[in-house]
Amino acid sequence: MTVEPKLYQVDTFAVGNRLLDPAQRSEQARADRSNAITSGHRACQGCGEVLGARYVLDAAMRATGGNMVAANATGCLEVFSTPYPETSWQLPWLHSLFGNAPAVASGMAAALRAQGRSDTRVVAQAGDGGTVDIGFGCLSGMFERNDDVLFVCYDNEGYMNTGVQRSGATPPAARTANTKALGPEPGNAFGQGKFVPLIAMAHEIPYVATATVADLRDLEAKVETAMGMSGARYLHVLVPCPLGWGSASEDTIKVARLARETGIFPVFEAERGRITAVSKIRRWQPVEEYLRIQRRYAHLFGEPRRDDIVARIQAQADHNIDRFGLLDDDPGYEQDQE
Amino acid sequence: MEKPFAITLDVGSSKANKTGSWRTERPVYVDLLPPCSNACPAGEDVRSWLYDAEEGGAGYERAWRTIMEDNPFPAIMGRVCYHPCETACNRGQLDEAVGINSVERFLGDEALREGWSVSVDAPSTGKKVLVVGAGPSGLSAAYHLARRGHAVTILEAGPMAGGMMRFGIPAYRLPREVLDAEVQRILDLGVRLELDAKVTDLDATMAEGGYDAAFLSVGAQVGRRAYIPAGSAAHVLDAVSMLHGLAEGERPLLGRRVAVYGGGNTALDAARTARRLGASEAVVVYRRTRDRMPAHESEVREAEDEGVLFRWLTTIKQVEGGAMTVERMELDDTGFPQPTGEVDELAADSLVLALGQDTDLSLLDAMPDVAVDDGVVQVDGTLMTGRPGVFAGGDMVPGERSVTVGVGHGRHAAEQIDAWLAGRAPRVPADRAVAPYDGLNTWYFADAPRTHRPTLETVRRQSTFDEVVQGLDEDNALYEARRCMSCGTCFQCDNCFGVCPDNAVLKIGRPGEPYLIDLDYCKGCGLCASECPSGAIAMEPEEI
Amino acid sequence: MPVRSQIEGSQAVARAVARCRPQVVAAYPISPQTHIVESLADLVRTGELDPCEYLMVESELGAMSACIGSSAMGSRTYTATASQGLLFMAEALFNASGLGLPIVMTVANRAIGAPINIWNDHSDSMSMRDSGWVQLFASSNQEAVDLHVQAFRLAERLSLPVMVCMDGFVLTHAVEQVDVPEQDEVDAFLPPFTPRQQLDPAQPVSIGAMVGPEAFTEVKYLMHARQMQALDEIPRIAADFEAAFGRPAGGLVRPYRTDDAETVVVALGSQVGTIEVVVDQLRDEGHPVGLLDVTCFRPWPRDEVRRALAGAANVVVLEKAFAVGAGGIVGQNTRLALAGTPTVVHDVVAGLGGRPVTAAAVRGLLDDVLAGRVDPHRLHFLGLRTDLVDGQLRRDAASVPGPHAESMLREAGVIGSGSH
Ligand SMILES: Cc1cc2nc3c(=O)[nH]c(=O)nc-3n(C[C@H](O)[C@H](O)[C@H](O)COP(=O)(O)OP(=O)(O)OC[C@H]3O[C@@H](n4cnc5c(N)ncnc54)[C@H](O)[C@@H]3O)c2cc1C
Ligand SMILES: Cc1ncc(C[n+]2csc(CCOP(=O)(O)OP(=O)(O)O)c2C)c(N)n1
Ligand code: SF4
Ligand SMILES: [Mg+2]
Repeated sequence: MTVEPKLYQVDTFAVGNRLLDPAQRSEQARADRSNAITSGHRACQGCGEVLGARYVLDAAMRATGGNMVAANATGCLEVFSTPYPETSWQLPWLHSLFGNAPAVASGMAAALRAQGRSDTRVVAQAGDGGTVDIGFGCLSGMFERNDDVLFVCYDNEGYMNTGVQRSGATPPAARTANTKALGPEPGNAFGQGKFVPLIAMAHEIPYVATATVADLRDLEAKVETAMGMSGARYLHVLVPCPLGWGSASEDTIKVARLARETGIFPVFEAERGRITAVSKIRRWQPVEEYLRIQRRYAHLFGEPRRDDIVARIQAQADHNIDRFGLLDDDPGYEQDQE
Repeated sequence: MEKPFAITLDVGSSKANKTGSWRTERPVYVDLLPPCSNACPAGEDVRSWLYDAEEGGAGYERAWRTIMEDNPFPAIMGRVCYHPCETACNRGQLDEAVGINSVERFLGDEALREGWSVSVDAPSTGKKVLVVGAGPSGLSAAYHLARRGHAVTILEAGPMAGGMMRFGIPAYRLPREVLDAEVQRILDLGVRLELDAKVTDLDATMAEGGYDAAFLSVGAQVGRRAYIPAGSAAHVLDAVSMLHGLAEGERPLLGRRVAVYGGGNTALDAARTARRLGASEAVVVYRRTRDRMPAHESEVREAEDEGVLFRWLTTIKQVEGGAMTVERMELDDTGFPQPTGEVDELAADSLVLALGQDTDLSLLDAMPDVAVDDGVVQVDGTLMTGRPGVFAGGDMVPGERSVTVGVGHGRHAAEQIDAWLAGRAPRVPADRAVAPYDGLNTWYFADAPRTHRPTLETVRRQSTFDEVVQGLDEDNALYEARRCMSCGTCFQCDNCFGVCPDNAVLKIGRPGEPYLIDLDYCKGCGLCASECPSGAIAMEPEEI
Repeated sequence: MPVRSQIEGSQAVARAVARCRPQVVAAYPISPQTHIVESLADLVRTGELDPCEYLMVESELGAMSACIGSSAMGSRTYTATASQGLLFMAEALFNASGLGLPIVMTVANRAIGAPINIWNDHSDSMSMRDSGWVQLFASSNQEAVDLHVQAFRLAERLSLPVMVCMDGFVLTHAVEQVDVPEQDEVDAFLPPFTPRQQLDPAQPVSIGAMVGPEAFTEVKYLMHARQMQALDEIPRIAADFEAAFGRPAGGLVRPYRTDDAETVVVALGSQVGTIEVVVDQLRDEGHPVGLLDVTCFRPWPRDEVRRALAGAANVVVLEKAFAVGAGGIVGQNTRLALAGTPTVVHDVVAGLGGRPVTAAAVRGLLDDVLAGRVDPHRLHFLGLRTDLVDGQLRRDAASVPGPHAESMLREAGVIGSGSH
């Protein structure tokens, strides 16, 4: 979203920009943003998930004029936000179970429709476990019925709340509490896992997008786009977890940025099953830059170094770059094979 | 609503949980010295005025006024300064240095176009200060002294003010109307300028005029001459005299082929001037290699563009009418040129010596307490000579010789003279850490290669004294200003406010204090510091 | 005037539910509940039930979860399931009750596999007896219809979920005369839903907090207290219902000829009709026998049960489920109610997986009880086919010998040799 020909110093990379028209600044730059999740929560220092949630919900609150409700799956986000007697939420919010947030949201949307209150919008949110694993059936049902719900997955690539176990979104080679760096193939196995955004696209729902906490403006724009549509919408946000990934608390955004810049995590948008936009890599980096700053990959750089595994991860990133057309000189994302 | 016990909670109630107690480090907003300012001999607050300029519109005048606090010559500076700021600029490590100098010129020109002026706001001190020499250093001192309420008189030996800015730097680099306008602005403050008033005995002049203090800035006017055997038909002259004469309207007779001996900027100016005066061939003869030339790379490039030729590793042994004998040199291990004995002939109608300048210090003959060493006046850290109340700066004191250094000395001396006159202790500038490149998070800065200033087409440059380097238009100047990364100081990008997972950065928007850390909730994760584009937040250990 | 018509139980219930004007129905098909939800889908499609959103969810967990969302959003919400489906929503059942959401659900009672079996018994509801839901058991289709109307009022009055249990096939698929209340009658009886708590952008709250040891007990205690309040509310609603509709229905327990009865059968669901016939026979023959039909199993109406059974010497609990490895479920609750009295309680399991509970079998059982041939210390299985279990038990006793194996062998022999 670079504005030509004038340069705006930080353009839209930074949260705010005094040189931009206030209307063009991010929601997070506003002193009156809703802070849908407020101070006093118990998320770890530098938690990407709580940051992602505030980014998403504040944008959604802005888009709906505050006329919205949220359903939340069990997981860190829920646990750190609502331990009795305190809640950090500042919007109508319901936590039911780990695996049912999409269905709870469907019920909310149905209730609103029945009450003739379709202007009140529903957002559901869950971690990757609650989305790609245990909640997947409900999610697919919600998609397939095209219920009027924006579902947001905060992907920290593991079951963090229960002590960092593997999920269907844990990347290969990453160590978790149940895929330790033991044996000849340390960490999570290759050839497993799923990328739910593509599965969501297969439902041909109105809108699917991926984003990271490192690209605030992009994330906000996607929330706004999503809230401007009705039907089932899916937003998959990469949210580094300092605890689970073994990254420094101050590196949360950097790690997310590297995930995108290496091609490890493709950032794109799709409508009705077709990719409509891809965020290009701005400063390409080899995956090692990304892996090195996370202790969950430390076993790749110890004695002996596992360059073979790093190379396999690099190959996956290269595959993404190729498949989604993440580099500027790429012709574009993989076209539909029709 | 009847809320079920414990299951249903009132929104926002977690504010009762002060997570600040988790913290072991706290973020602190710092204000580091940006490398540009650190490198600026005139001590300009570059980052600040770029910040103002970034806004465009009304910001330009604010930016210009910020420059004027330190340097009265933005339009001149924007042309002749060797801009060490740009060499130091952190952006140079990212793509290319910010074109600080060109923005300064834009602002300086804008001021001249708009007729912006400054005024003396301080009450009169009743003190009289003498400034000797109306070069950049003397003018700068006069300006700053006047703005502090002192009555200033400049005594200038020459027929016009400007010093080497007028009699050295050729017009194609510094148009005289620019010089005149910026000098006039100083005189408009009430500074008295006496021309053709060479000071020959400082003691006497001071006593006569009843001056309370003096600033000496007589520069280095005397061209150095090396002994080179020369035949009677040989035409040898020195560069400063030549340029001086030219500035006074003389047209030196140089012939078709001109050799210039030396490797500094003066040599290049002499060669480029020779081309403009009709020399079909202007050769710069230098003892060492190109990379060892003291002249600035940009000037070498411009000279080459204009057809100036270079003979590296060459010394001149003998000059005759129409030709000279040169010897090829070789650099030894220490990089020093050594003769090889290989000689050659070089056709030249005249030889211009550009081997540096010396200072005429005869006005101090009667003041033995003013120490002179190696041809220059010795000063202390406050620029005061051995004689209390007599200060000196510019080319006549040890150190680098440039307009900018001279201006900086003038300002520094003015501050010290002001303190000395008031009986105050001299001001010791606060020690500010320099903002390192590593402290920046350059991700946030838009990809923006530098805008280069357009140059005059070569044909015109070979024949006229029209200004070679043009200014930036407004769009480009704005663009260039906005390339500044605000090293080490907040520029209100809201990143800290946005990236805090605990909403512990408060946006209060008070001038000078745009944000506040809410220590009740800050967990000390450090995200604000690491995502601060300008490295303006430091994490400091919490005392537990 | 209500029209009495010949109607399938499922259709009747669907109509009654529709007249309760649920705003959201989310359901997933499973026999024998299917006819109810299909019928509701029709009513929504035709616009007879409007406004109502019918969600065809992907699972029972989805169904109950959608109900949770809908109810929390302030809509009257209904679902129906059975058997495996009820277990599939188990987690959400506890959640709905924990959050105090007034959802009404029909359970078309069916056995639970393995082995998979689609026929009626009470194992499904009984497995969820501690889920925090009110459980009402219908003895007939008329009562099933009437209990649904009462269930919405109860649920919304106390803000807790209510399960109306009706025997699969036996009731759901039986076509009989049923009075389906008219819309205006229901409207007069059932006020519009005013949620106790609700997700509302104008008044935001966080529902579903995590509660630690410091308050969890209290939260659970309050859940219990609310169920206890239902013991007061259910009879009131039943009385109101009778006043409005002119027929008795609901309540906590329904004693049948228990006055001066020395032997009382305790039972839930449709089998009470059969038992009533046997009771009448025995009474005619001069035996002081009665029946206690337990309509409300959760909350457990301990005092009412105790009062109804006070004078009996023998109580026979005839139930369509049991706690494997332990014994009767309703029986245990009955013993609890009778604690400190000399009444002897017999646990008899009957009608599992659709096996008919015939009048003859009940008669045979009661004859044995009256004759003192039924050991109250054992768990009895009405009509157990010992020929089918004997061989297996023998092999088991041989491979894993011990006194318990011996005793099972003996018991099977005893039961097998008896008439029940
Ligand atoms: C050809 C040439 C090109 C240059 N180009 C650049 C450039 O591009 N950028 C840059 O930064 N620097 C440049 N310089 C250097 C720069 O001009 C000088 O360093 C600077 O002018 C020094 O300033 P000053 O005030 O100390 O002395 P000067 O500029 O030399 O001024 C001294 C003044 O004192 C007067 N004076 C001398 N003696 C007496 C006396 N006894 N009584 C009264 N008045 C007296 C002189 O007439 C003169 O006006 C150049 C120099 C030359 C020679
Ligand atoms: C049915 C069920 N199974 C397991 C759990 C335990 N559990 C709670 S949160 C969680 C993991 C959450 O992972 P994810 O959804 O990725 O969220 P995160 O905590 O990583 O943000 C698990 C396994 C549960 N609460 N419910
Ligand atoms: S474990 Fe990870 S996701 Fe959970 S609160 Fe900590 S940083 Fe956030
Ligand atoms: Mg997770």
